[in-house]
Amino acid sequence: MSAVLFFIAAIGTITGAIGVVMLRNQFYSVLALVFHLVSLAALFLLLRAEFVAAAQVIVYAGAVMVLYVFVVAYVGGGEEMSSRSGLRVIGPLLAVALAIELCVAMLGTALKGISGKGAPYVPGFGTPEHIGKLFLTKYLFPFEVASLLLLVAAIGAIVLARRRRGLEPDQKLEARYHPLRPAWTGTMAEAGGLTYFDAPVAQPEAEPVEQSESEPVGSES
Amino acid sequence: MPIGWYLVVSALIFSIGAAGVLVRRSPLVILLCLELMLNAANLALVAFSRMWGHEDGQVFALIVLVVAACEVTVGLGLIVAIYRRQLPIDVDDLRELQG
Repeated sequence: MSAVLFFIAAIGTITGAIGVVMLRNQFYSVLALVFHLVSLAALFLLLRAEFVAAAQVIVYAGAVMVLYVFVVAYVGGGEEMSSRSGLRVIGPLLAVALAIELCVAMLGTALKGISGKGAPYVPGFGTPEHIGKLFLTKYLFPFEVASLLLLVAAIGAIVLARRRRGLEPDQKLEARYHPLRPAWTGTMAEAGGLTYFDAPVAQPEAEPVEQSESEPVGSES
Repeated sequence: MPIGWYLVVSALIFSIGAAGVLVRRSPLVILLCLELMLNAANLALVAFSRMWGHEDGQVFALIVLVVAACEVTVGLGLIVAIYRRQLPIDVDDLRELQG
């Protein structure tokens, strides 16, 4: 029974992970990660880590993924062009090499416990009671540092993402990444993806169309 | 199930995440792949905690969860800031710091 559950959950986690990497649409990537996290929580339950599984589902699949979905909706996650560098070929090869190496390193160790089912089960292992006791006695200092870290991250995110005056779109950077062209020219994709028609950058003395098309800086893959 | 199977699953998830970081170009998806790698580490920690019969590994996994949440918060804040400045959201184009 536990073997069947393990294989179902393991296949779920791995297909979820592959979906995150392979899917072109960013929305679908986020949904694949949610699937991965729920299957991973099942694996944690099989390892008798009840509190970690519950925290995983509540914190990740509940809170963090909602944040991701909101940011993808705000930024407008469209289809992504494939990478033009050589990493597109070398990256998967490196990953396969890494997987083989990790498997050899972990299964080739002399640890005898790897082939066993683990220590005998003690009633109450992994329950919130035991974890809470550990957090408030032995690991009190990491617990406090983690709360401080969360506070710093929250303040940092607010400072980073708030609307700032004096940080309007930089004209130089703007011209570098989006070559100017007269308003109402260009493809519909550009008109839908970027809204710099009504920004004050579009000046009448924009470059002619031919020149801006002849040197694509960042728009072409 | 023997603990070794869990470790193999963890190694596979970690390398899939590493491949995603190398191949994808959108910072959002790169953050998702970082989450995958952290989750693989979490799985290995929980498996070892089961192997020894101590809960210390699970405490470590919870701390990793906190660190991952912080990293996501700051990363998404950076992406929103990049979007506000109307720069391309693409790690191949954002090379201001490359020198």
